[in-house]
Amino acid sequence: MKKLIRFFLVSALVSGIILYAISSLNQSEGYSSGNTLTIFNWGDYIDMDLVKQFEKETGIKIVYETFDSNEAMMTKIEQGGTSYDIAVPSEYMIDKMRQEDLLIPLNHNKLPNLKYIDDRFMDLPFDPNNKYSVPYFWGTVGITYNPTLLPNKEFNSWHDLWDPDLKNEIILIDGAREIIGMGLNSLGYSLNDTDPKHLAEAYNKLKKLTPNIKAIVGDENKLLMQNNEAAVAVLWSGDALDIMWENEDIDYVIPEEGSNLWFDNIVIPKTAKNVEAAHQFINFLLDPKIAAQNTEYVAYSTPNKEALKYMDPEMVQDERFYPSPELTDKLEVYENLGKKNLSIYNDLFLEFKMYRK
Amino acid sequence: MNNRKMRNLFMIPYALWIILFVVTPIILVAYYSFFDIEGYFSFANYKKFFTPVYLKMTLSSFWYAFLITFFSLIIAYPTALFLTRTKHKQLWLLLIIVPSWINLLLKAYAFIGIFGKYGPPNQFLEWLGIGTKQILFTDFSFIFVSVYIFIPFMILPIFNALNELPSSIMDAATDLGASKWTTFKRVIFPLTIDGVKTGCQIVFIPALSLFMLTRLIAGNRVITLGTAIEQHFLVTQDWGMGATIAVFLIIFMFIIMILTGTRKRGV
Repeated sequence: MKKLIRFFLVSALVSGIILYAISSLNQSEGYSSGNTLTIFNWGDYIDMDLVKQFEKETGIKIVYETFDSNEAMMTKIEQGGTSYDIAVPSEYMIDKMRQEDLLIPLNHNKLPNLKYIDDRFMDLPFDPNNKYSVPYFWGTVGITYNPTLLPNKEFNSWHDLWDPDLKNEIILIDGAREIIGMGLNSLGYSLNDTDPKHLAEAYNKLKKLTPNIKAIVGDENKLLMQNNEAAVAVLWSGDALDIMWENEDIDYVIPEEGSNLWFDNIVIPKTAKNVEAAHQFINFLLDPKIAAQNTEYVAYSTPNKEALKYMDPEMVQDERFYPSPELTDKLEVYENLGKKNLSIYNDLFLEFKMYRK
Repeated sequence: MNNRKMRNLFMIPYALWIILFVVTPIILVAYYSFFDIEGYFSFANYKKFFTPVYLKMTLSSFWYAFLITFFSLIIAYPTALFLTRTKHKQLWLLLIIVPSWINLLLKAYAFIGIFGKYGPPNQFLEWLGIGTKQILFTDFSFIFVSVYIFIPFMILPIFNALNELPSSIMDAATDLGASKWTTFKRVIFPLTIDGVKTGCQIVFIPALSLFMLTRLIAGNRVITLGTAIEQHFLVTQDWGMGATIAVFLIIFMFIIMILTGTRKRGV
């Protein structure tokens, strides 16, 4: 009994000390003052030096939190426990969040730097007139491959994945939209197609890919490619760049049939308490020089036309990440297909995963 | 009188716990399972469960859970038997339990490295002249890692059952002329069957709904009901279908509990 009481006392004491330490640390950094901005972003998706620079320039303290999926982000915002002032959802999520009334319209007068964004990336179907969102980064879905492991193989088209020589070599991203979309694209259909006949065709085509598939994984794909564990992977351009930094042998290609064009966008969610500071921060990020610095850090493709001038020309001229206009025309943005169609996509994807030769 | 009052008082935390964390969640799961993806009341999810996709998934979940339990048992029983015969049994037991203190995710990631193309097993195969084999993302790696993770839970109840066995019973069996094998078959095993049953339950039921390992170690080449639930809740946001699968899992587990449950043999 005595031991038990001692145990409880000690744990209470330790918790108390830690709590005190946290609160005094926060105070010393100024988090207790009213002027804070809470940012909810993907992991490793901003140059933290810029966050510090913004804090210095404006005196606003930034609280930075991260998420790893759009759905998890939305759930947290729906619950409203934390007052996030800025969030960075992908394009299909914006449509959903708008329908659920989770977004605050942007005041364009407070965002003069919005003019630097390339017209191609403004006023897209998921957010007409950019009422709620500003594009942050964009990219594609494509094929990364390791030429040293696969000499004499070239990848230009989705069809190259069906090569019988690639037995057990390919890693796919664990996403229904991406993979079913790849099936549709390889047949020349739109990746927003909902025609059951076309979907069935795509599913049958994907089934034939099964012998070549090593695994269908999430973020682990980066690790597997970097360590030469797999030779080919279908994944997002941003991940491809991360991999290419770690392993210089690896290359990336956007298939010629077309692929997905995705956007991550800055929004102000309903939970915001400091809308003024949120606008300030968005405008800060849109500044060409700031955007250039951020892009060089994050390495995804920036929609900021003006920023390209301040960036390493080698990066800007890289057609793998800033594709030519002809190829860009073939890229499609995911439309919100509605829950029903999404569940069809998902069931097909589950069936595809279960299929064995 | 006073006694009964006291008993009712002691019951409050238990009753609260059961109502809040057992009964309510089950009712909620059952409730959600009656709504289709558009949010209308329907039995569509139940109909959908009885389509080949989900039935196949159920079958494969059971098959893998069976294999995991089977191999755990085969390894755990002799281990437990050996442990009860050693001098410092508590120490040896502790060593087996220690790995279960390490985070599951960490262990899974470690196995990605171990079973990879350049991991020790493949280096060994290379040295033998057999050449590199695909180990990661196969049925073998999935079952191996699952067994590794579940084995302490199988060993513990069996160890306890064996440990409680008075050695005089074994002596009596030997005195009466039973061979070692007969003693084991007719005396030790029947007397520890409850420990085996408990161990199997503790392993089989969670193994039925494994989901993280199916992705990390099996590369989604093994799909269990757990994977499907995760997908429905997080990706499709089809909570109805996810809940329906959960309802079936609860039913399956209930059946398993009844089948393997130990009846009281008088007190």
